[in-house]
Amino acid sequence: MSKIKPSKGAPYARILGVGGYRPTRVVPNEVILEKIDSSDEWIRSRSGIETRHWANDEETVAAMSVEASGKAIADAGISAEQIGAVIVSTVTHFKQTPAVATEIADKLGTAKAAAFDISAGCAGFGYGLTLAKGMIVEGSAEYVLVIGVERLSDLTDLEDRATAFLFGDGAGAVVVGPSKEPAIGPTVWGSEGDKSETIKQTVPWTDYRSGEVERFPAITQEGQAVFRWAVFEMAKVAKEALDAAGLDPADLDVFIPHQANERIIDSMVKTLKLPESVTVARDVRTTGNTSAASIPLAMERLLATGEAKSGDTALVIGFGAGLVYAATVVTLP
Amino acid sequence: MAATQEEIVAGLAEIVNEIAGIPTEDVQLDKSFTDDLDVDSLSMVEVVVAAEERFDVKIPDDDVKNLKTVGDATEYILKHQS
Ligand SMILES: CC(C)(COP(=O)(O)OP(=O)(O)OC[C@H]1O[C@@H](n2cnc3c(N)ncnc32)[C@H](O)[C@@H]1OP(=O)(O)O)[C@@H](O)C(=O)NCCC(=O)NCCS
Repeated sequence: MSKIKPSKGAPYARILGVGGYRPTRVVPNEVILEKIDSSDEWIRSRSGIETRHWANDEETVAAMSVEASGKAIADAGISAEQIGAVIVSTVTHFKQTPAVATEIADKLGTAKAAAFDISAGCAGFGYGLTLAKGMIVEGSAEYVLVIGVERLSDLTDLEDRATAFLFGDGAGAVVVGPSKEPAIGPTVWGSEGDKSETIKQTVPWTDYRSGEVERFPAITQEGQAVFRWAVFEMAKVAKEALDAAGLDPADLDVFIPHQANERIIDSMVKTLKLPESVTVARDVRTTGNTSAASIPLAMERLLATGEAKSGDTALVIGFGAGLVYAATVVTLP
Repeated sequence: MAATQEEIVAGLAEIVNEIAGIPTEDVQLDKSFTDDLDVDSLSMVEVVVAAEERFDVKIPDDDVKNLKTVGDATEYILKHQS
């Protein structure tokens, strides 16, 4: 048997830079109310959402990703050629193949970086981050770009009262690279496929093509069931991630949960007994639920406004369609 | 040991106080969660989750919408607690 030389990775990984892109069009609740029987007051009180961004024709999944990634790369202080892999999490890139990550890697000017898409719904950022960390420590890439990007407005039924007000578009990206100190904790993640019916695409594309259904597919959900799962089960997962990192709530500076609904965020903060000193991301108010993009977008905003600072310890947790989830503790870039 | 009706009402009062900030003495059998106690449909889910833990009952989503008043919830828990 020949001896295979192993790859040599970094001792640890960390997030080195973050960037975001929010589409230029801001959509207030009034626009949502044109198609559903609801009120601004109801939407704000049940979700916290005041406005969201919807992408125009030029703001494609690839274009938004390139913008967000450019900022993340600059923030990390590296050049695009140093990136060894590009991981894109999205459920709203409407071309099955090739992976949009390859186009993004090319447009950014990477040196033939490995590039692929993953599908992990609103947990996509945590899934991508976990892959990136593994690749860096294992040695298959020195720097990895992790992108969460969605054009959920394309998959929203604007006449569905349960979802029309919820979703938004945008892209968030981070550069993950080598570190001498641990700066990304153990990931607590998993899936509960027995609950796959609670958030899903209404029908497969093939049903639409065959004319079996007339309505373009959209995301549909059982709101109460999802809410119950999120407030009850996800608070436990967040706690497990803290425990796995060997930290207490008081050790945290920042909490960045998936921006699904502010009421879920409020409930988690309460259940986790986070002290007042912990800064909580509430980007959902002006960004809506952007699925895989929500955590990096919220992270970028907290750092840009000065509410959080580089070196802060942040608990991040994503959860959604699958159902899937991923939580970990990170040092902010 | 199974909780008595009084204990259940007292427990629900604490839960509603914690979640919606309503004084515990306002939580009476005839009070409607949504109309009298400022518990909206999402807070109700939180109340239910807390009640399940406290009284060791399972309250499925489909049953939640039938629990309009504190009395409805109390009766449900009395009947289903293990
Ligand atoms: C979507 C969500 C806000 C809906 O709230 P809800 O309390 O579950 O809503 P329900 O469908 O039970 O309806 C409750 C009441 O509000 C009304 N309602 C529902 N949608 C409404 C709307 N858009 N506008 C106004 N009223 C509405 C219903 O008619 C009902 O009224 P009634 O009690 O008089 O019959 C909530 O379920 C939610 O956010 N869940 C989590 C979803 C999520 O985050 N998903 C993504 C995870 S990645």
